[in-house]
Amino acid sequence: MRGAERQVKKRRISLPDKTFQEINAKIKAGKAVVVTAEELIQLVAEKGVGRAAREVDVVTTGTFAPMCSSGAYFNFGHSAPRIKFHRLWLNGVPAYAGLAAVDAFLGATALPDEDPLNMNHPGEFRYGGGHVIEEFVAGKPIRLKATGYGTDCYPRREIETVITLGDLNEAVLFNPRNAYQNYACAVNTGPRTLYTYMGVLRPHSGNAHFSTSAQLSPLLKDPYFRTIGVGTRIFLGGGTGYVVHHGTQHFPGIPSLPADAPRIPSGGTLAVIGDLKRMSPQWLRGTSMLGYGATLSVGVGVPIPLLNEEICYYASRPDSDLYAPVIDFAEDYPNRRPGKLGMISYAELKSGRITLQGKEVPTAPLSSYSKAREICGILKEWIASGKFLLGEPVTLLPGPDAGIIPKTLEDRGPERRNG
Amino acid sequence: MAPSKVVLRFPAAIADKPIIFHLVRDFDLMINILKANINPHKEGTMVLDVAGENVIEGLEFLRRQGVTVQPLTEEIVRNEERCTHCGACTAICPSGALYIERPAMLVCFDSEACVLCQLCVRACPVRAMEVRI
Ligand code: SF4
Ligand code: SF4
Repeated sequence: MRGAERQVKKRRISLPDKTFQEINAKIKAGKAVVVTAEELIQLVAEKGVGRAAREVDVVTTGTFAPMCSSGAYFNFGHSAPRIKFHRLWLNGVPAYAGLAAVDAFLGATALPDEDPLNMNHPGEFRYGGGHVIEEFVAGKPIRLKATGYGTDCYPRREIETVITLGDLNEAVLFNPRNAYQNYACAVNTGPRTLYTYMGVLRPHSGNAHFSTSAQLSPLLKDPYFRTIGVGTRIFLGGGTGYVVHHGTQHFPGIPSLPADAPRIPSGGTLAVIGDLKRMSPQWLRGTSMLGYGATLSVGVGVPIPLLNEEICYYASRPDSDLYAPVIDFAEDYPNRRPGKLGMISYAELKSGRITLQGKEVPTAPLSSYSKAREICGILKEWIASGKFLLGEPVTLLPGPDAGIIPKTLEDRGPERRNG
Repeated sequence: MAPSKVVLRFPAAIADKPIIFHLVRDFDLMINILKANINPHKEGTMVLDVAGENVIEGLEFLRRQGVTVQPLTEEIVRNEERCTHCGACTAICPSGALYIERPAMLVCFDSEACVLCQLCVRACPVRAMEVRI
């Protein structure tokens, strides 16, 4: 264990943990001390971890970035005569109707059937599921087209109509994987421009893209999942949401890092849910990644209660203590080969230039730091004014100690033999 | 009629060749460099005002050298409502017209410095950069 962590552990013994109930009581009384992650960093630098942990009740974190594995499910109500959706399109984008007669799930990356995709590479992907969700939330009319096969109870075979969010019984944002804990810093050492989910990567390491809000990023601030779990109440798309599970591809294990770096995990994720009708298009933005596809940019904010000094210590780690793995998208990433370009701190990435293999490379984020900061501020205001209480987790999410090992999809051919 | 104002894009491999020199000498053109952003071994851009009898031949010569030639008829504007200040355009913009202001981490757009290459128009994930004709 490293020095700072050991110190924290030792000092922790003398300080009784705060509880969610105690902090919620203070929030209701309007007496909770709430700071943003940026403010906590400042405070800890001035007063030390011990005093900051005693003085502060909640720290707010946030992120706003393209987040694949987002989507929404809807119940559209019944038409007369009734139809059981077999196929369904919203503004021409196919939604999954294999749930129930008039329930459907629209994924953020779904594309219209007639989209030229990457036929004319790089494809533009101007409109997809994420854009439909943004327009729904903005209150715009959405064209609904559905076909059915006709049953005795649902005789209708076709419907074309126009709906708005207000016409629906339920519209629920449900994102199976959001708020990625950490992300690669993407470069392209190859000879041609690459169009990736990490943006446009110029040849010969012409640029480097990264995509977390780092010192504001929710899961980098509670890397051991001491406070975040099923039932954590969050800021989601401008409204209120909840953590309902760990996200897909939840790999909270700890990679090796530079010798003096604090230990940070690689890739925990959150599955989150919230009422779409209470969200805002400012925080749910249809997004097009040139040559890659369409998706949704999502604003997520997570409050972290400072129950003890250890939690406060991790929540106060600045950009200079947080690292991203540098991944080459020319060969390594597409072929699922391990990266060999090392780790780089977010302080360096955010400076706008890094040195990679002796070459100076300009860097740029895909994740909006200024929007993340805005989310931290909004959530702070919600909590401080008593209108947002902490959700105490029913169970915490699996952390680095859970021993989760990533599984891969192996190419076994169509027939799988046992043994 | 050949356009008098053109936007040229030089791939990195030819950025240090004396192409403009040849354009002027071999085609007997008068040129006025309105904007230029050329660095050795890097992709570069230039906005030129060209005049002379052989403009069409001259531009054809540029294309043969691997230079992308586009007429300058547009203006690039940013839709401030849509821009999320993510930064995805800043390491792509060749002229430095799109840049991050630190420590606020807000993305600024300096239309004076823009060389109209349009790289940002398609690279912006929320389509905040627009071509205005
Ligand atoms: S890529 Fe688009 S949204 Fe992002 S900062 Fe640039 S203009 Fe704004
Ligand atoms: S068109 Fe866009 S990328 Fe090109 S110089 Fe102007 S701002 Fe930069």
